[in-house]
Amino acid sequence: MPDLLTIAGKTFSSRLMVGTGKYASPSVMVKAHEASGAEMITVAVRRVNISDRSKESLLDYIDTTKYFLLPNTAGCYTAEEAIRTAHLGREAGLSNWVKLEVIGDERTLFPDNAALIEATRLLVRDGFVVLPYTSDDPVVCRKLEDAGAAAVMPLGAPIGSGLGIQNVNNMRIIREFSRVPLIVDAGVGTASDASLAMELGADGVLMNTAIAGAQDPVAMAEAMKLAVRAGRLAYLAGRIPRKAYATASSPLEGLVGR
Amino acid sequence: MTITLNGDPYEVGGPLSITELLTKLEIDARRVAIEHNLVVLRRTMFPDTVVRDGDRIEIVNFVGGG
Repeated sequence: MPDLLTIAGKTFSSRLMVGTGKYASPSVMVKAHEASGAEMITVAVRRVNISDRSKESLLDYIDTTKYFLLPNTAGCYTAEEAIRTAHLGREAGLSNWVKLEVIGDERTLFPDNAALIEATRLLVRDGFVVLPYTSDDPVVCRKLEDAGAAAVMPLGAPIGSGLGIQNVNNMRIIREFSRVPLIVDAGVGTASDASLAMELGADGVLMNTAIAGAQDPVAMAEAMKLAVRAGRLAYLAGRIPRKAYATASSPLEGLVGR
Repeated sequence: MTITLNGDPYEVGGPLSITELLTKLEIDARRVAIEHNLVVLRRTMFPDTVVRDGDRIEIVNFVGGG
């Protein structure tokens, strides 16, 4: 039986979601997306450069029949800005899904959770499928869920930091509390971070810098695909309990010379 | 007349539709979203929405992001 991820009634066979930012070139991005096996791809909403129309559009490089676009509200510092950007993203992409970000601090890019919850409530009312980027706080995640979020997306560590999951216990508690899909968004640095997220029971992992910023983004994208799959399988398989002392794997009987 | 286009003053001859403005700017209407005086427009409204002196227009598209 295929192990599908379902968010707001839409199913995905890949549990890895990837971004489109910071790639050295569009062709590297295209190859990395391919290697990642991801089906959902995040994009940002920005003003068109009126004076210089020579630049190609991002959409020239994304096959939208193959990838599902998730517009974000990155860079928004108030609920109002985020809601405005979400509406623009909906018109540009013709889907009602949004990765909702309401940033509270410029240096850490940590979310403003009060504004995030409020924006979630209002966008859900406007018919959006809201996937909020949030702190790794179980209470905030529960409030987002109550506000109608289709998934909760706690950060593992600050965006682009590559530190991996900093608060493993919180992530475990969020898993236990959540009735909506849990996507670990931000902070992944390497494959083991993605595996750990999945082993803790996350339904998916969203990342950008970990792939785009790697020395070989295409190879890292494949590593992340395998890591997410491995972590998922390990979670489903059920790990052994941790013990302080050894338990022999080989029989204790029949030893030679005893 | 002068409009505010993506935050900057922009001169156009006279009132025109959003579709005409996009044509003038050589922008593919299928790739952008537009806000007209803080109201996000449905794509189907582009031909019938008239831009007048002093209007504020935002034209956005998708760029790389995480």
